[in-house]
Amino acid sequence: MFGVMKVVNLAHGDLAVIGGYVAVGVITVTHIPVLWSFVIVVPLMAVLGYVLQRTVIQAALDRSVLTTLLVTFGLSVVIENGLLQFFSAGSHSLGVDNAIITGAFSIGSQISIAYLLLLIFAVAVVVLLGLQYYLSRSRYGRLIRAVADDKEAAQLSGIDYRHVFGIAAAIAFGTVALAGIAYGMYSQFAPTTGTDTILLFAFAAVVIGGLGSLWGTLLGGVILGVAQAIGAQISGSDEFLAGYIVFLAVLVLRPQGLIARRAQT
Amino acid sequence: MTAVAETTARSAEKYRVTRSRRNVAWTGVGALVVVVVLALFPYIVGAGTETILVQAFIILTLASMWNLLAGYAGLVSVGQQGFVGLGAYFVLILNIHNISMFTALPIAAIGCGVAAVPMWWLVSRLRSGYFAIATWVLATTILLIIEKFPSIGGGTGLSLPHTPSLSSAVLEAYTFWIGLAVTVAALLGVYLLLRSRLGLVLTAVRDDEVAARSSGARVGLARMIVFVVAGIGCGAAGALLAVSQLIVQPTAVFSVQWTAYMAFAVIIGGLGTIEGPILGTIVYMVLQQTLQSYNAWYLIVLGLVAMGVAIFARRGLWGLVDEHLHVRLFPVGYWLWDPGARGNGFGRRRGGRPS
Repeated sequence: MFGVMKVVNLAHGDLAVIGGYVAVGVITVTHIPVLWSFVIVVPLMAVLGYVLQRTVIQAALDRSVLTTLLVTFGLSVVIENGLLQFFSAGSHSLGVDNAIITGAFSIGSQISIAYLLLLIFAVAVVVLLGLQYYLSRSRYGRLIRAVADDKEAAQLSGIDYRHVFGIAAAIAFGTVALAGIAYGMYSQFAPTTGTDTILLFAFAAVVIGGLGSLWGTLLGGVILGVAQAIGAQISGSDEFLAGYIVFLAVLVLRPQGLIARRAQT
Repeated sequence: MTAVAETTARSAEKYRVTRSRRNVAWTGVGALVVVVVLALFPYIVGAGTETILVQAFIILTLASMWNLLAGYAGLVSVGQQGFVGLGAYFVLILNIHNISMFTALPIAAIGCGVAAVPMWWLVSRLRSGYFAIATWVLATTILLIIEKFPSIGGGTGLSLPHTPSLSSAVLEAYTFWIGLAVTVAALLGVYLLLRSRLGLVLTAVRDDEVAARSSGARVGLARMIVFVVAGIGCGAAGALLAVSQLIVQPTAVFSVQWTAYMAFAVIIGGLGTIEGPILGTIVYMVLQQTLQSYNAWYLIVLGLVAMGVAIFARRGLWGLVDEHLHVRLFPVGYWLWDPGARGNGFGRRRGGRPS
C-alpha cells in the first residue's frame, strides 16, 4: 500500500487492531475456531479497505500529501477512541486452544520456540511471497504496478486508477487484518496498541530494512524482534526501548537502511 | 513616449505593495485590548474559568507551534508531545532542586529548544510521513527512558515538591498570568518569525522547493529553526501544564493526544494562517466543554470534523473568513495593489496562502 500509493498511512496500526477486534466479535457470534476466523475477517476488512479508499483516503490523496497525512492521523485518533468507547480500555486476546499449536520445541536448554510463532512467521513469508507473485504476475498486479509507475499514463490507457487504488487498499487492509489476528493470538491488544506498538514497530522495521525494499522490511522485522527479545532479557520494561534504540541507531549510522534501495525506483 | 516607458512610469506611480489590504493598526490595538482584558480576568472570574482558560492557553500555544511546523515548514510532526513531556519534566527536575516552578518555566522552554537540535539531526533524515512517525518514535523513546528514573517518579510520576506557599486563589492567578504570557509570547514569536526573512524563505519553499533551493534559500536551516522554535514553544506549553497541574505523570504528559489536540485545532481553524490556531482553539474548547461528559466522544467528533475540514475546506474556518472578507489580523504576506485591475477587490496577493 505504501509503495503503490506513495502514502504513509498513519492509521495502519489501528487497522490491524480493528482486525483483531472484528475477530473477537466474529468469534463470539459464530463460535468458529480462532484459527479460522480470518476466513471472515480478512474479506470483511478488505471490503472496508476498498470503501475507505474510494471515499476518504482517495479524497485526501487527490488534494495533497499533507492532507493525506492529516486525514490518516485523524482516522487513527478516531479509530482509537472509537474502540475505546465501544470495547473499553481493557485488553483482549484471541486465545488458541489447540494443543499442537500452543506447544513449543526447544533448541538446547535455553531457547524454546513456540509453534504458534513459527506458524505466524511461516504465514508472513507465504503472504509476502503471494503478494510478490500477485503483483508481478496477475492482471490486477500489473494494473497496480502501472498505476504506481504513472497514474496519468495508466488512466490514459483506460485504467480507472481509483478502482485500482481501491483494490490495492483492499489487499493492504486484508493483509493488515491478518497481522492483527496473528498479533491477537500471541499477545494481548488494547485500543491504543495500534499506534503504541504496531505502527511504530512496523515503521521502524521498514526504515531499518530500507525504504521501499520488501525483503529489507522482513529483515528489519527480524532484527527488531531479536532486539526486543534481548531487551526483555535485561528487564521486562526494556523490551520496547531496545527496539526503538536499535531504530535510532540505524537512523544515525545508516539512514538509508540496511538494504539500500537502488538509486532510482 | 514608448509603451515600455509608459508602463514603467505607471507602475512606479500606481503599483503599491502593502502587508495587508486594510490598515492593521486597529488589529494591534484590538490585540492589546484583548490581552489587557484577559490579564484582568483573575479579578473578575472564578478559579474554574481560569483553569479552563489556562487549558486553552496550552492548546493555543501548542497549536501555533504545530501550525508553524505543518502549515509553514511542511513538517508534519506527530511527536510534539515529546517536547510537552520534556518541558514538564524539566520543570519537575528543576523544582526538585529547589528552583521555583515559575523560574523553571522559561529555563525548561530553552532546555527543550536545546534538546530539539540533536533530535532534528535524527529525524531530518526522513521525509513526509516517515518524518512524522520518526518524531513519534522519538517521543516514545524519551518517555521510556524517563520512566527508568525512579528519582523523578519513574512510571507513575511525581508531584512538584516545592510549590510556593500561596493561597490557592493567588496561585491560580499567577498560573493564569504566566499562561497568558506564554501564549502571547508564542503568538508574537510566530508572527515576527514569519515576517522576517525566514518567513519569506518558508513561503518560497512551500510554493516550490526546488526553485527555492536553486535560488540559494537555505531550506534545511530554515526548517531546523522552525523545529527548534516549535520545540521551545511546545516545551513552554508542557512546563505550563506542569505548573498548572502541580503533578507530572509520564503517560499523561507524553500522550500522543497532545499532538491530536494541536493538529485538530490547527486543521479546523485553518492551516498556514496565524489566526487559524486561535479560531481552532476556540472551537476545540467549546467542543471539549460540551462533550466532556461523553468520555472519548469529543475526540472522535473532533477527529471527524478535522478530517472533514482537511478534505472539504482545506484552508479551515479562517480560510472561509479570509476568502469572503480578505481580513488578515496578522498579515505576514504581501498585497500587491494592481492599478490595471478593476476596483480594489481584485488585487493579487503574494504569500500567506497554503498550497
